Formats: sequence, C-alpha cells, structure tokens
Amino acid sequence: MANVNYMLRGTAACPGCPIPRELNNILEIAGKDTVLVVPASCSTIVMGDDIHGMPSVVPVVHSPFAAPSAIASGIKAAMNQLNKKGNVIVWAGDGSTGDIGFASLSGAAERNEDIIYICYDNEAYMNTGIQRSGLTPRGAWSTTTPEGKREFKKPLPFLMMDHKIPYVATLSIAYPFDYEAKIKKAMTISGFRYLHILSPCPPGWRFDPSLTIEIAKLAVETGIWPLMEYENNKLKLTGPSILLKDKSKRKPIEEYLKLQERFKELSDEEKRLLEEDINAMWLEIERRMS
Amino acid sequence: MKTITSLVGNHAVAYAVKQAKPNVLAVYPITPQTTMLEKLADYVSSGELKAELIKVESEHSAMASIFGAALAGARVFTATASQGLLYMGEMIYWVGGARVPLVAAIATRAIGAPWSIWDDHEDFLTKRDAAWIQLMAQNVQEAYDLTIQAFKISEDKKIIAPCMLGFDGFILTHTMERLELLDDSSVDNFIGKRDFSIIDFDNPVGIGTVAGPQTYMGYKYSIKKAFDGAKERIKEIMKEYSEISNIDYQPIECYKCDDADYLIAAMGAWSGDARVAVDMLRSEGKKVGLIRIIMFRPFPKEEISKYIKGKDILVLDRDYSFGSGGILANEIKSISYNLDSKIYSLIAGLGGKDVSEKEIKTLAEKMINKELGDEEWLM
Repeated sequence: MANVNYMLRGTAACPGCPIPRELNNILEIAGKDTVLVVPASCSTIVMGDDIHGMPSVVPVVHSPFAAPSAIASGIKAAMNQLNKKGNVIVWAGDGSTGDIGFASLSGAAERNEDIIYICYDNEAYMNTGIQRSGLTPRGAWSTTTPEGKREFKKPLPFLMMDHKIPYVATLSIAYPFDYEAKIKKAMTISGFRYLHILSPCPPGWRFDPSLTIEIAKLAVETGIWPLMEYENNKLKLTGPSILLKDKSKRKPIEEYLKLQERFKELSDEEKRLLEEDINAMWLEIERRMS
Repeated sequence: MKTITSLVGNHAVAYAVKQAKPNVLAVYPITPQTTMLEKLADYVSSGELKAELIKVESEHSAMASIFGAALAGARVFTATASQGLLYMGEMIYWVGGARVPLVAAIATRAIGAPWSIWDDHEDFLTKRDAAWIQLMAQNVQEAYDLTIQAFKISEDKKIIAPCMLGFDGFILTHTMERLELLDDSSVDNFIGKRDFSIIDFDNPVGIGTVAGPQTYMGYKYSIKKAFDGAKERIKEIMKEYSEISNIDYQPIECYKCDDADYLIAAMGAWSGDARVAVDMLRSEGKKVGLIRIIMFRPFPKEEISKYIKGKDILVLDRDYSFGSGGILANEIKSISYNLDSKIYSLIAGLGGKDVSEKEIKTLAEKMINKELGDEEWLM
C-alpha cells in the first residue's frame, strides 16, 4: 500500500466519526485515478469548503441528494467515450441511498453501470440532525421518532442483490482486513458494484466517541450486521460472520444496544421485535445461500 | 453545401444533435419529445452517431448524468418537456450554478394539473432564473439551426453556460416542414472542438463544494457578469452561423417595426400567425409591426427598447405567472417604464388552445381602437 494520505487530517467530521478512515481505506486501494461523487450528507461537510479546501486528494463531485448514481453513470459514460481510465465511486449516506436517491440507484444498478456505489450507513439523516430514515433500525430514537422507530430497517443489501448486479458486500471498519479485501475485490470486477458499510455515529446513536470501533464490532458479533459478499449470483458470509450462522455463537444484542442511548427507551416488546427482524434477516441469508 | 429536405421538428433537432457529435446523451421519454429520443436511439444504434445514450430512469437522472459526463469532458445533450422539465428542475439549477456547458431541447408543453400534453410556454419559462441561456424557435428550420448554435454558445469560452432550446410541442415537434440542412463539415467547423474538462486526476478539485456566506454571492455575481457579456458574444455567434446558413439570426427579429405605430410581441411558433396578422393589418393601412423574441435569456433589453418607445404593444403570452401576469408582458414592462410605452397583455393558447391569425388581428385592432384591457384572456 502506498504511503499516501488520501484523506488529509483536520476534516469537519465529528469526534469519533469513522467516515474519514472509511474513505481513506477505500482511496488507498482505489488510487489517485478515482473520482468520488458525494451527495448531500455528512460527507458534504467532511469534504471541506471553498475557503479552507478539501481533504480529499482525488476529485470530488458534489451531488444533489437524489442524483449521485446518475452523475456517476454520466462520468463513466464520458470516460468510456473519451478513452479515459479511472474509477468512479459514489460515496453516499443511507438517506440518499435508500430513500431519496433509491430510484436513481436502482436505475443505475439495473443498467449495470460500471461504477462502485458505497453506502456509509449511519442509520438516520445525521447531517440535518438525526431524523429517521428508511434504514434506521426498529426501536431507535431519532428527532422524528421520539418514541422509537416503529418500522424495520430497509434491507438494502438484499434489494441490491435482487438487481442481479455483479457484486454486493457488507462491510465494517472494525474489520479492516475484511473491509479492504472487499474493496480490492470490487476493484477487480466491472459493472455495478454495491458496498454497504455500517458506520456508527457518536452524536446520532448517542454513544461516547471513543466507542466507535467497539460498537461497529459488536454490531457484527451480535449478528445485527452480518458481513457478507454476493458474487456470481452466490451469497456467502465472510470473516467473523461465517461462524455466526449458528445463533448460539452470537453475542446477545443487549451488549450492542446498551452502549447507545438511542435504544434507551426500548421496551421488552420492541426488543423482541428487533430480535425477530434479525432472525428473519439470518433466515433470509440462509435461504439465499442455499 | 445545403441539403433541402423536410422533417418534423423532433427529427430536425435530432439531426442537428447528430451533426453536433455529442459523446453522451441521456433522455427520458415524455410526450411530445419522445420521437426525438427514438430517432437519437436509432442514430446511436446504427452507429451514425458515435455516443452513449444512457437510458435513464427519470428526467432528474437525465440531467444529472449529462452533468457528470460534461464534467468529464464530454459534449452532451438531453431533451424533455413539461413535467419532465419540472422533475429535472433541481438539476437544471445545479448545472446553471455550476456553469457547465450542455444543451437541452424543450418540446414545450403545458404543466398539470390537470393533465395536458398540448403546447404552451409555461414549462420553458419556469426556468428563466436558472442561469441558462434560453432560445426559442419559431419553426422547424429554426429549431434545427438554433440547436446547432446552442452547442457553440454553451461551450464558448466567454459564455460557458448551459443552453436551452424551446420549440413548441406538436406545433413544431410533430409538424413536417421544409428544411435546409447544413453539411456535416460546416457544422463541425462552426461548433469546433469541445475543450472543457473539470475532472482531472492530476489536478483534483472539488466541484460544487460548500460555499459560505462570504463567498456564495461571488459565484452568483460571476454568473451575472458572464450573462451580461454573453449577449454580444451570442450575437457574433448568430452572425457567424448566418454566414454559413444564409438565414439571418439575431436575438430578436423585427418585422415591419421601423415605421410601425403599434407593435405585437411574441415568441415561439405562433409568432408566425402574428406575422400574418401584421400583414393583414398592413393591407388595411394599419401600421403594425412584430417583435419576435428568439433569445429569452439573457433578455434582449436594449434591442427591444430601440423599438418600443412611445408605442402601444400587444404582448402574446402562452404562459402566466399567477398573481402577477403574463411572463413576457412583465419582461417587456420591466424595460418600458421610462419609454412611454403601453403594454397590453394577451394570455392565450394555454394547454394547446388554438389561436388563429384572425384572432390576433382582431385583438390588435381592439388595441388600436383603445378597446383592450390591460390584460385579456382569449378563452
């Protein structure tokens, strides 16, 4: 790996925010001939302003909320027509990915555009101040679900697998080897590649900024965030999640929930429903693996 | 070398686009633009146009994808109408703010609710504040000619702005007219090579990066300055085009204005009917002229001012700003305040309602006889 910082320090990211590290680990692998397309999100701010400059050492195209998949499609089409080489990577939050930009994401995936789409999922509209998104998990507090979200987390990785694209993977920054292996794998494939990172958010999830990696790790260990990879129409578990198919090997979800104040008011009934969501997700994984 | 043929408006614009040799197109179907998309798909499929046509899932994505392609150095094109233009509205402003050269053809159509697929100018005029150059064609020949000019205007180093061509839905898009086509090499020489790429891996920049209150206004002021300067440059480009096409192009066309006591002002296809009305009035000894607006943005204030001093003017609007008035009438009013002109606003033809030259003539006569209100709706 080249000894270059692809994300310079001193960004506007909150203390404990994993975004700069997640991005740096991607860009280290993708290299300088890469353009990032960034829709409205925390990363709009992380990417600096016109006076102080930007931390990224690769070009960044800022995008309206719903537009990144289409902008990336156009960039790639132009590069193909003009015989230019390079990677086009969308770096989008869960609101853009799963809600407002979902039609354009689905369109680009259906066209199998030759781009890499990475969703960093902090499970709510964090940049506007913690409003629930389609990807907020059941029971979680947000400023628009003061009583806790009543609906389940929209299963984006499965939805993208159903688009029959060449590559889908889930990632966690707590497992850097698994993380980097998936980025590297994605780089070797052409067509639409969808990567989904569960990206803990200290102010939004209400936890101490020193706990980001621990919480990311617990999400995997409790089975809430299975690490998996879908390729050639086949799904497999990766890294620590391989063993977690056996439910008894998973840590109790309380260990994950108790560190985050967003789950403070979770009732026993809601916790039971959340566990049911997770069990259903694992059954779905098994169904898709068989 | 020119070829004489006949084409419907949508195919004439598609032909102009083919000759402009864009690298990337993204078009979503919408009546009455769709047959242009189909023609472009044929050109790409047959290899006559070497380009990628991105079959996007919405108009928002159509504009977004050609924005991305333009940043990466491609010549690009899209087309839409009505609801589609509104749906791409966020991106329309975004590319205007980013000052990216690209061309969009708008097959003008009324806006719902209620549903209407028929012509008026409301859709086109909603984008008047979006930092786009806006041109409006009168006939199929102009739709063809202005499309070619739009590429050159948009990419001109002194302008650098997106450019929108309006041409009336069905009335022009689906009507076959005699057409003089330029040969490919004339178009090549006229437009020139595209020399604009922002995405550069050796010189990475942020595009659309946050601008705070200290700087945001500066970017807007730079667009204003560019638009202030664009008009003269557009005139030069139109003149240059006129030399190869032998058809005179100017930001406005004045028909029998010089000795006129009264004027009609209009833009788009029905200007042809207004012209016939002028001829009928002239044959009865009434000295009426026609000002036709071809370039709506930047608005040709000085050019229009030259003709309207002390005149009564009947302004035809196929559009309306609710709570305010006819949009073109308002634009002309805004330059007539110290010219002792009287503006009579006629709202007509909304949602494709047919307007005849006789009706325009009758209304002009009412203006002459001082029988016309400040604003009339031709129902």
